[in-house]
Amino acid sequence: MAGTAATGAVCITGCSWRNSSRWEFLSNAQAETLAALADQIIPEDDFPSASQAGVVVYIDRQLMGPYRRHRGAYQGGIESADQISRKFCGVALAQARPTMRQEVVSALAERFREFFEMVREHTMEGYYGSPRHGGNRDAVSWRMLGLKEPPLRGRAHYDLSKGRGS
Amino acid sequence: MNRVNAVIVGAGAAGGIVAKQLAAAGLSVVLLERGPWYTPADCRKDDLRNQRTTVLGNAFGPEDLGFPRVVVDAGGVARIVRPSDSAYQNNAACVGGGTLSYGAQAWRYMPQDFRMKSVYGAPAGSSLEDWPIGYGDLEPFYDQAEYEIGVSGDYAPDPFHGPRKRRLPMPPLPANREWEILEPAARRLGLHPFAIPMLRNSVPYNDRGPCMRCRWCVGFACEVDAKNGSQNTVIPQALATGNCELRMRCTATEILMDERGHARGVEYINEDGRREQQLSDVVVVSACAIESARLLLNSKSRLFPNGLGNRYDQVGRHLQGHYYTGALGYFDHDTYDDVGPGASIALCDYNHGTPGLCGGGMLANEFIRLPIHMIDRLPPGTPRWGQGHKQAMREWHRRTIVVMGPTQQIPTAEARVTLDPAVRDKWGAPVARIQGNSHPHTFEIGAVQAKRAQAWLQEAGAIHTALMNSRPQMISAGQHQAGTCRMGNDPRASVVTPNCQLHDVENVFVIDGSVHVSNGGFNPALTIMAIAYYASAALVRGWKGTRYRS
Ligand SMILES: Cc1cc2nc3c(=O)[nH]c(=O)nc-3n(C[C@H](O)[C@H](O)[C@H](O)COP(=O)(O)OP(=O)(O)OC[C@H]3O[C@@H](n4cnc5c(N)ncnc54)[C@H](O)[C@@H]3O)c2cc1C
Ligand code: SF4
Repeated sequence: MAGTAATGAVCITGCSWRNSSRWEFLSNAQAETLAALADQIIPEDDFPSASQAGVVVYIDRQLMGPYRRHRGAYQGGIESADQISRKFCGVALAQARPTMRQEVVSALAERFREFFEMVREHTMEGYYGSPRHGGNRDAVSWRMLGLKEPPLRGRAHYDLSKGRGS
Repeated sequence: MNRVNAVIVGAGAAGGIVAKQLAAAGLSVVLLERGPWYTPADCRKDDLRNQRTTVLGNAFGPEDLGFPRVVVDAGGVARIVRPSDSAYQNNAACVGGGTLSYGAQAWRYMPQDFRMKSVYGAPAGSSLEDWPIGYGDLEPFYDQAEYEIGVSGDYAPDPFHGPRKRRLPMPPLPANREWEILEPAARRLGLHPFAIPMLRNSVPYNDRGPCMRCRWCVGFACEVDAKNGSQNTVIPQALATGNCELRMRCTATEILMDERGHARGVEYINEDGRREQQLSDVVVVSACAIESARLLLNSKSRLFPNGLGNRYDQVGRHLQGHYYTGALGYFDHDTYDDVGPGASIALCDYNHGTPGLCGGGMLANEFIRLPIHMIDRLPPGTPRWGQGHKQAMREWHRRTIVVMGPTQQIPTAEARVTLDPAVRDKWGAPVARIQGNSHPHTFEIGAVQAKRAQAWLQEAGAIHTALMNSRPQMISAGQHQAGTCRMGNDPRASVVTPNCQLHDVENVFVIDGSVHVSNGGFNPALTIMAIAYYASAALVRGWKGTRYRS
């Protein structure tokens, strides 16, 4: 199947409908909604928001791997978020005004608790976890917390000449 | 395939030691391990995929696909769980077993821990019992584990430990920041803090260098190989004898029996997925408590229709782990110094002797604090998301201390492993089904322990504290799993003899945490190692009398 977008995203069977997506699993529109949702969970201040730090990249990538099992939940949940938003203000979450977004996400957290809790958890993982999985760009959250980067502090002053090493 | 003297199932803490002891005594040994051998070069410090935080999977196995278990909750609802789900109750699947990635706390149980029923009486509805062996029987083997595998620490300030013949072979690591905060506070409370004994090199030992104090320790492999497990001590030694062959990615599925009720060897799936047999004079099961019970239950034959060793429906019962409780303390100054392994200070004042409580547990500071762990450990009342949460992460990440400990569980016969009637693993074998909980008194003890941790943190200057004592809905027996093949003298009430030999079958041994009658108020690995040395010595004695040769 000719399913590889110009950006190099890899497509697997059955995904031709979103072969123009910049993302590995999500459609562009889904990714925008997810970004808006994640940015309510970790908003921008002196430090980047969730999506600015790569949380959507993290979640999208995991949906091709260990979080494959959550694909249906993401598709349904993102749809619900947009539906709530359209009901509140006539547009999808990503197009809503910032104050509106917070209301929509609070409503989502109440009505679709399970989905919201999952996104909350995954957003935190993407933001505070290792950059190697696509989130926490440039280890920004670790620096925000005042941690050394790279974090293996001991390595710097370890004398490998002691003992045989390994 | 050539017949050997012994097949050992599982190259973890216990299996590695048994392999080395038997091979050194001249027996030919095949050591089967379902996982691969990771080396320090494979060591990748990944905070989302390790053996403790497993949101993206287990770093050291089992993999998520093909190896489910079934767990039954308090309401009797069964569900299928994958290995990286905490309800699965995983330890590990690799050479070294749990000891490749463990925290390496190296505790001896206390003398009372082997005599719980005599000391306290068994609470109604519990299956609390005395061990058929005592601390004194194990002391020489604790010593052997401490010296051969390698333990650092200093017991001098602790007045509660059982008698010891000599000091530990290595001194403790120097103090970290949390030690400096917690140690004087404990002394002011009249308690007896001391350095946690650790299966970790503080100085060069066993031809390997010391810990570089990286703090990504518990749940990770050590990239400088300073953490001592079976994979970097006894297993290489076993192989060096020339008498032991390690077969990796080989999963035992059944113990084979002959018509006289003797084991003939083991059937296993090899690394190419083919079914093989390895014949042997003796079979040693060291697959960690849950899988050891499962292998026995899956070994059905004409003489043993309910599984091996299970004539009296004892295999799989009394499943135990620990009930972890404690407290979080929040400080108005930095407590964080990023110096590994993190956990440094413990006290055993609360293991025994509180009126009204059947035991207790050790308390210690927690190993590790990665940002991902802080997300749900912010002060009570902190918003769970949004600007307030992000702000609190910045405010508290470097200013908290966790003190907690493994409350000794009061066992029940209903907390158990059986075979699931429907679900099978990718090789077609019925999977473990886990159900039941420890005795309710366990949770009373845990609640008291949490308050004690809180008091310690308050004395240390915590400006807020939060208790960590949520009550689990099912048995908590993952990393510290034990108890499924009880050791005892009565064949109707236990599975193995005091020498870890099946009551039912002379040439099958279960040697790992399965045989624990009760599980102490301590992390179990050093006791599992001591039992492995102890039971190997008995096996070798029996072997020299050629008792098991067919
Ligand atoms: C992250 C972590 C931290 C820990 N921290 C501590 C600590 O600080 N202190 C402490 O005392 N303990 C700690 N533990 C627990 C400790 O690792 C275990 O108690 C110990 O490893 C158990 O020893 P075992 O021999 O019973 O089983 P294991 O060490 O688990 O070995 C069993 C082996 O058998 C293999 N196996 C299972 N079934 C089969 C089969 N059918 N065929 C072939 N092979 C099989 C498994 O793959 C495994 O390698 C920790 C564990 C973990 C995971
Ligand atoms: S803290 Fe020490 S023993 Fe643990 S992984 Fe780091 S260097 Fe190795």
